[in-house]
Amino acid sequence: MSKPDWKNFEPVLIPDIPDLDQIKNYEKNGGYSALKSVFTDNDKWPDSKSVINEVKEANIRGRGGAGFNAGLKWSFMPPADGGPRYLACNGDESEPGTFKDRKIFEYNPHIFIEGALIAAYAMEITTIYVYIRGEYKSYIDMMEEAIQDAYDAGYIGKDILGSGRDIEFYVHSGAGAYICGEETSMLESLEGKRGYPRVKPPFPAQKGLWGRPTTINNIETLAHVPAVINRGAEWFKGVGAKNHPGPVLYGISGHVNRPGVYELPSGVPVLDLIHDVAQGIKGGKELKAVIPGGSSTPVLRADQLDGITMDSDSLRTVGTMMGTAGMVVMDEDTDMVDVLWRIAHFYHHESCGQCTPCREGTGWLEKILLKIKNGEGEVKDLDLLLDLTTQMEGRTICALADAAAWPVRHTINRFRDEFEARCKKSVHALA
Amino acid sequence: MAYEFTKEDLKEIEKLKTKYPEVTPVTLPALWIAQNRFGHVNPEVQKLVAKTLDLPEAHVHGVATFYTQYYKEEKGKHVLDVCTCLSCQLCGGYDILNYLEDKLGIKKGETTDDGMFTLNEVECLGACGYAPMLQVTNDKYVNHLTEEKVDNLIESLKNGEQPEYEKIGMPRRNNIK
Repeated sequence: MSKPDWKNFEPVLIPDIPDLDQIKNYEKNGGYSALKSVFTDNDKWPDSKSVINEVKEANIRGRGGAGFNAGLKWSFMPPADGGPRYLACNGDESEPGTFKDRKIFEYNPHIFIEGALIAAYAMEITTIYVYIRGEYKSYIDMMEEAIQDAYDAGYIGKDILGSGRDIEFYVHSGAGAYICGEETSMLESLEGKRGYPRVKPPFPAQKGLWGRPTTINNIETLAHVPAVINRGAEWFKGVGAKNHPGPVLYGISGHVNRPGVYELPSGVPVLDLIHDVAQGIKGGKELKAVIPGGSSTPVLRADQLDGITMDSDSLRTVGTMMGTAGMVVMDEDTDMVDVLWRIAHFYHHESCGQCTPCREGTGWLEKILLKIKNGEGEVKDLDLLLDLTTQMEGRTICALADAAAWPVRHTINRFRDEFEARCKKSVHALA
Repeated sequence: MAYEFTKEDLKEIEKLKTKYPEVTPVTLPALWIAQNRFGHVNPEVQKLVAKTLDLPEAHVHGVATFYTQYYKEEKGKHVLDVCTCLSCQLCGGYDILNYLEDKLGIKKGETTDDGMFTLNEVECLGACGYAPMLQVTNDKYVNHLTEEKVDNLIESLKNGEQPEYEKIGMPRRNNIK
């Protein structure tokens, strides 16, 4: 498999252009030209389906973690019936290790706004909400300002660019709840309720916000749309890994010399990201483990990383996932028991409490791990934990239980010796 | 004490109603307005929000208690939310939390006797690359914490200065190669 030429990649979402967050600068650098093309060039885009087809062809795999083809998702919307239709943009960004969408809010908000408006055009959507986690108060303020500027410039509102299309665009602030990043929980929160995930079906495309057709996309996913419109699906497919194409915002954190968010093609080798992009492990220490895409994606040992690249196909071969590409790097001194306990604590804290296997299961995971962390555990507790994960996975309304179960199962399996060493010695003599 | 919204608050709430097809969705933003006004949304304030929006008190109470950022009781003047989740844990988040506990003479979840500071341990705030970090009263993030930076923050908060927004530069391309 060929390695993408990431060193010569020109960033698209967060290019090195000063003050791109100002609408005038964004326009000067070609901003809103994709929107103009879609809304006014009837020869190139004869109908909304043609826009959906282009995006579907590009295969923008959802950047919120699930990796579903965004254009395909758009095509699930039923035909317009004259009533309201909604786009809910997911800026909840709360998975530990993930801090990428805030870079779009801060450095290039209009590329997201433009992408969302094109999505709204393609799906004949009347109202867009961008849901931003309440903790991102600074970014909420920035987005409010950027949306107002886009209203003033005539890109949002009534009869946009003379197309006869009306689209409204609002910010909705969360108030502290990881679960609201789950798409149906986010809809509940937008409707002003507790963020309890909904049973599917019906899917949001059929019955979403206020029972009306709704599509939910991640911020980065939508920010990719203008470039797909301007440069074509073929260009997008040519960037990075074949089955998981396009630029990706990699958020690298943990024990590296230069943590941060980097825009590079998909499919960059994990070891290049750690050693070249993030400039290696702090203090010249050895690499021990990596969580590739947010806390729910299974951890990898350093000896599993040779030749592994950041795309779903390659990561699957070592039993993990791309997730949000929020990579957490751990050095040789990292205590895996402590790390796993802290992850379990997070999911216990954030379980919404609706489903018993999750509400109780996340609590037991945390309690048993705390016992092991404190040196009070027994080896049989490790098997109890593994058993618990199978009792939780796939038995709940949403994927939070799965997200809590996976790291427990894989961290124990991949670092079992470390967990056993922390357990009390068995009082029973071996036969 | 009787809680009342000001005219400006009520105007703001009326404006919010135009964003949504019904009134229930205004619950979250109205609770924000209330918290900004009164510093918390205790049961009395929740009742005020319910009355103002003409929604059941149980609904507003249910929402207020679901989301962690709403303060269900009075807090210190400055609430320090220290992240200890995953990346912050790896980069010394607990050291910062312990340092603040010692410095302020309180445990996490408590408020100083003079009512100046409340200290909390919180879940991931989405600043993983800039760990360890904390958030001040649901507003500004203070990143790349050291004991010295914590000392300076506490000093300036005592002097009535709010932290500035910390702009973190994008990694530049020529640095990567």
